Amino acid sequence: MKKMRRKVFMTAGYNTISMGTGRKEFHPKKARPGLEEYIKEAGQGTLKMIGGAQAVDEGVIGNFMAARFNHQGNLAALIPTIDEGLRWKSCTRVEGACASGGLALLNGIKSVLAETAEVALTIGVEVQNTVKAVYGADILAGAGWYRGERKTGHAFFFPAKFSDRAGVYFEKFGRERTRRALARWYRNAIENARLCPSAQEYHNKSLDLEALAMSEPNPRSFVEHLNFYDCSKVSDGAAAIAIVSESGLKRIGCSTKEAVEVLGWAQVQADLTVPITEAFRLETTERAVQQALKMAGITSADLGTVEGHDCFTIAGIMSLEAIGLCKPGEGPDFVLAGNTSRQGSTPFNTSGGLIGWGHPTGATGVHQAVTIWEQLTGKAGDWKIDIASKRPYGLSVNMGGNDKTLVAIVYRQGQ
Amino acid sequence: MTYTERLRNVSVLGAGGKMGSGIVLLTALEMCDLSQKAENRAQPFVLQAIDISHAALAGLMPYLQVQIQKVAEKNIVRLRQVYQDREDLIENSDIITQYIADVLNIVRPTTALEAAYESTMIFEAIVENIAVKTKVLSQINTNNLNSPWFFSNTSAIPIHELDEKAGLGGRILGFHFYNPPAVQKLVELISAKTTQSELLDFAGSYAKNLRKTMVPANDFAGFIGNGHFMRDFLYATSEIERLQAKATFAEAVYMINRVSQDFLLRPMGIFQLCDYVGLDVCQLILRVMSPYFSGENLHSPLLDELIAQGVRGGQFPDGSQKDGFFKYEKNRPSAIYDPKQKGYLSLADLQSRCDDSLGPLPTVFQPWKAVIALAAKDTFLQSYFSELQPLNTLGAQLAKAYGLRSREIGLQLLSQGVAQKENDVNAVLTTGFYHAYGPINNYFSEVSK
Repeated sequence: MKKMRRKVFMTAGYNTISMGTGRKEFHPKKARPGLEEYIKEAGQGTLKMIGGAQAVDEGVIGNFMAARFNHQGNLAALIPTIDEGLRWKSCTRVEGACASGGLALLNGIKSVLAETAEVALTIGVEVQNTVKAVYGADILAGAGWYRGERKTGHAFFFPAKFSDRAGVYFEKFGRERTRRALARWYRNAIENARLCPSAQEYHNKSLDLEALAMSEPNPRSFVEHLNFYDCSKVSDGAAAIAIVSESGLKRIGCSTKEAVEVLGWAQVQADLTVPITEAFRLETTERAVQQALKMAGITSADLGTVEGHDCFTIAGIMSLEAIGLCKPGEGPDFVLAGNTSRQGSTPFNTSGGLIGWGHPTGATGVHQAVTIWEQLTGKAGDWKIDIASKRPYGLSVNMGGNDKTLVAIVYRQGQ
Repeated sequence: MTYTERLRNVSVLGAGGKMGSGIVLLTALEMCDLSQKAENRAQPFVLQAIDISHAALAGLMPYLQVQIQKVAEKNIVRLRQVYQDREDLIENSDIITQYIADVLNIVRPTTALEAAYESTMIFEAIVENIAVKTKVLSQINTNNLNSPWFFSNTSAIPIHELDEKAGLGGRILGFHFYNPPAVQKLVELISAKTTQSELLDFAGSYAKNLRKTMVPANDFAGFIGNGHFMRDFLYATSEIERLQAKATFAEAVYMINRVSQDFLLRPMGIFQLCDYVGLDVCQLILRVMSPYFSGENLHSPLLDELIAQGVRGGQFPDGSQKDGFFKYEKNRPSAIYDPKQKGYLSLADLQSRCDDSLGPLPTVFQPWKAVIALAAKDTFLQSYFSELQPLNTLGAQLAKAYGLRSREIGLQLLSQGVAQKENDVNAVLTTGFYHAYGPINNYFSEVSK
């Protein structure tokens, strides 16, 4: 088992608004902030809390597809736009589809472990509303295997991949109960997002969320087993957090209580070209989470809160089983019993998750870490939950593609 | 000749106009879908987009491009299946681009009427002038050896007259799209007594494939849609005159327009609708209808006066509104034309005064857009008009009288034999004019009690 050769912390998290349909400010035909503005806002938000750019040794930025959404590559070179003090420092851009943010976190963690940095400014960003959803689907399909899958794939490539998974899951474990659990998952996500002002669904005023989410899927215009409420939306946004060593904490004047300590982590890679054989389970997620929990020396029963990768409601349900919170096929019961709600035994996605807060793909992994940091250090606003003292651990699970690239991280408030 | 064979070579006359361009779009889409069926792939499909104006045709192609793209984006799930054998088309964007090219490849813009001589199907959407239509249809019929079918988009001219005067032998049908054809669900179907039954069968299939709602109207000038609209408009102009005893012309126009929109829960006021259609088009329709209804005065001196002063309404090629009764800023009325002063008077200067004169709307009021989306729309309408009924404000009185007159016109269309059923009248007004309720209703008859 891997051991941490030195302590690694995260602190000073910052989320921009997750912008897109649902936000009052959003209008598809009006000018909006771009990559530069989001990177700058998130980066400066974190720098402000750590005493400025001079405290930073290196920068890491996670992003999935700016080359297509924004015609922009070489994103590491946008890090110095956050602050002149970052110019001439080491900066890296990483990409792993929707797990790009998680990979950025791991890069920061590894830099601190390697002692090449005491303070790593870690950012995730994606600006996707530059194209209509029908073309965005093409771009996001890049998280699949283009040569082997795109031609035969659906117009809405990823919704269809998870719709197929939902179909298999329905077949194996029953549709009706699962369908109701998906609707509950949606309701929990929106109710959490309504408490968090930066969430894309913060302004959501729909009355009967579960009834909406029970809408029958329409395969003629979308996919067979999922409706629009089962899917995370198209989002623009960024998040940033500082990854620091103990001496880094001193440098930035931050107490350990104001930080979360990284106790375990895993990055697991599946083969993009190998088809999924057991579509009812998230095998790579399972492997990553088990490794991270093992490294932290805890079990899923010790988790006080989880940020799961619910790009689709069905992924949320399946992740419960992958994490080991319930047995295969029991995810729907676990959700319907209220365990994942904010008052439940293991509150999930307390600021809304991908469905409720939003899914600016490359930013998502970092946003998850920021939310965990906010909850475990008592810095969350109205979306704050009570963390049981016997279960003080947080877990984030960030998935790229169809369960292909996984990052799982276990956290606890600094002691 | 099968449905598909009939649509292999089609001409649209007046293809650059707002109605013609919509008909080109819908028909080209249908032809493209047919051409992509395995059994039809070897056969060319041709749509001659004919117009006398090069400028109008120059505007047609960009319009088609934009509209086809929207259609392709909306139907991408189906189109991926259609192009599944094309290994070079992988992403949605590849498929959409190819579909646009395939539809446009069917369309041949031309100013030469001779292009219609080989067609088996002719749609006409040219000027509402019986002499011009007769001449053009007759010329094509004489030179075309295929005994083509003629679908006329006339909104007013009796089909039997076109048939007789152009010598078409019953190969003509009224197929009246609403503006804009790409959006409006309604088509009025008008068959003359001589119309051959095969045309009706074809029209049924064609309308179904285009996902249009077809409502039959009898072959009387103006049919149902304009039969109601024109009389509704003439009533509104008579109300202007009446109101001018205590209000200026501009104030009267504002108040009647507001009553016909807000108080009656319609999508736009009557004078705004006239601007949308075009004052000159309204004048033409009235001219066409007038001789057929000798007992009625279907003439508007006000329209004549405004048109003589160059006030015409209608739309720019991009769909934005030209000035008419109203001046428009960002497609919203900002001023009202005054024929005496020969200029526009700002709405801001009279709006609040006029609103005060009209009085408040019923407290349960909701704007038209919200009303049509209501699940319990009928219940809402009942309570709205029940609240309107006892009100004695100027606005309520004008609205009640207006609603009653609209009902009277609807019933007149029935008694004159223009419409076959009450439901047909209401269907035309609700689907073609997007009214929240049909004119033949009990909301105002109850009021009158």
